[in-house]
Amino acid sequence: MTSWLTPLIILIVLLLLGAWSIWLERRVLALWQDRLGPNRVGPFGLLQVVADMIKIFTKEDWVPPFADKVLFIISPMIVMIMTLLGFAIIPFAPNIQIAQFDHALLFLLAISSLSVYSIMLAGFSSNSKYALLGAMRTAAQMISYEVFMGLALMGVVVLADDFSLSAIVAAQADVWFICYQPLGFVLFFIAGIAEIHRAPFDLPEAETEIVAGFHTEYSSMKFGMFFIGEYLGVILISSLITTLYFGGWQGPFLPPLLWFILKTGFFVMFFILLRAAIPRPRYDQLMVFAWYILLPLSLLNLLVTGAVKLGILG
Amino acid sequence: MLDNMLDTIFIITATIILISALLTITAHNVVHALLYLVITMLAVSLVFFILGASFAAALQIIVYAGAVMVLFIFVTMMLHQGEKSLAQERHLFHFSTSITALLLSSLLFFELIFMLFFTSADTEKSTVTAPSSAFITVKQIGVQLYGPYSLLVVISALMLLSALITAIHISKSPATIEIKTKGHNL
Repeated sequence: MTSWLTPLIILIVLLLLGAWSIWLERRVLALWQDRLGPNRVGPFGLLQVVADMIKIFTKEDWVPPFADKVLFIISPMIVMIMTLLGFAIIPFAPNIQIAQFDHALLFLLAISSLSVYSIMLAGFSSNSKYALLGAMRTAAQMISYEVFMGLALMGVVVLADDFSLSAIVAAQADVWFICYQPLGFVLFFIAGIAEIHRAPFDLPEAETEIVAGFHTEYSSMKFGMFFIGEYLGVILISSLITTLYFGGWQGPFLPPLLWFILKTGFFVMFFILLRAAIPRPRYDQLMVFAWYILLPLSLLNLLVTGAVKLGILG
Repeated sequence: MLDNMLDTIFIITATIILISALLTITAHNVVHALLYLVITMLAVSLVFFILGASFAAALQIIVYAGAVMVLFIFVTMMLHQGEKSLAQERHLFHFSTSITALLLSSLLFFELIFMLFFTSADTEKSTVTAPSSAFITVKQIGVQLYGPYSLLVVISALMLLSALITAIHISKSPATIEIKTKGHNL
């Protein structure tokens, strides 16, 4: 019975957390910007999400007559499915993990490379100029940043000698990998922001230039799925950072699951702080930054890690 | 029990591969055709996974479905002109244009049928391998690649490097090249 109960509980908790982190972001952003934020519905405005959901579900679910209907409807589903699939391999606690298999990290890279379709197809099927521009930016940005997202991860794989996430967590019993891989961590973090196209790398939906980018034509719950998908992406990247560089669920005194939630929560807050603090770069600056600075750095990181590993082991 | 389940999954996946490959050719909308091709890639990756080559399966998704096809769609999205290009495609896709291709591929098909049904039972057993749950590790692949096949790795690396240099050369604006050659001549 527990074999199907655990995934179900994780799924429901994740969906709730994804929706609830919208409230968190609005409140925390408001705090940093000297405003109040949503504080009317329920205690501390906690039920704001419920109110928003009711509103968004009762809006007209409109498919533009000029759109490519099937693709238009499928693309918001892809982003949700791919992000939720990514959670399947994350070890939340010693016994709480949906799927444990040996090439988990490769599976994750595959998932993240497939999620680009969601935005590309949304942009294409909308049949509108702004959406298409946003989709093109996304495709270029995500493919570029995927390259050294993988390369940065390989440093961890070299150290842990394994692609499976539980083995990587087990390898960090003494020292967290952030101590050995500070550069790899920074590279993965930057690539992670670009992969889920959050501010400051949210050029696909830069509202000052291209309205709302790829989801300009979307309304109702289809827009809501893009929205929650983005926050699920934030949680996914945060929990990956926790797992790969900060010892996963390991920690003294407190129960493992609580440690995992605390660490992940810290990075979710950091993502929100980044949005509040850093302005958006220009599009060509983003690409130059990727190929001229980050790619050589990640190759160097992999080279040094491999050399040290071979040198120590002889 | 497990083998039986794997067989079922294999048959379903193979059917998906055939149908989506067929739809790739017959779809008039180029982006739809490419998406069917992506489905084919994903299904092929699942076949790899069933055969125990999970590393190859992951690479199939990362490289083909995740990078190559994205670039394909990227380019076609830029060239796509809505109804106009659809009409053009319908015009181009005509039975008379595909007669030669159909003839050649039907020859191949008959060859395949002949091999499957009219060869002796021994070869059939040796060539057709049933899906198994055997597992190939990354280490085995690495040892193979950097052992007996290291020359191929180096050659493919050189090819990629030359492709990269060519791409950079082409994408440089002609004005800068002209200025440089002028300076060189002087």
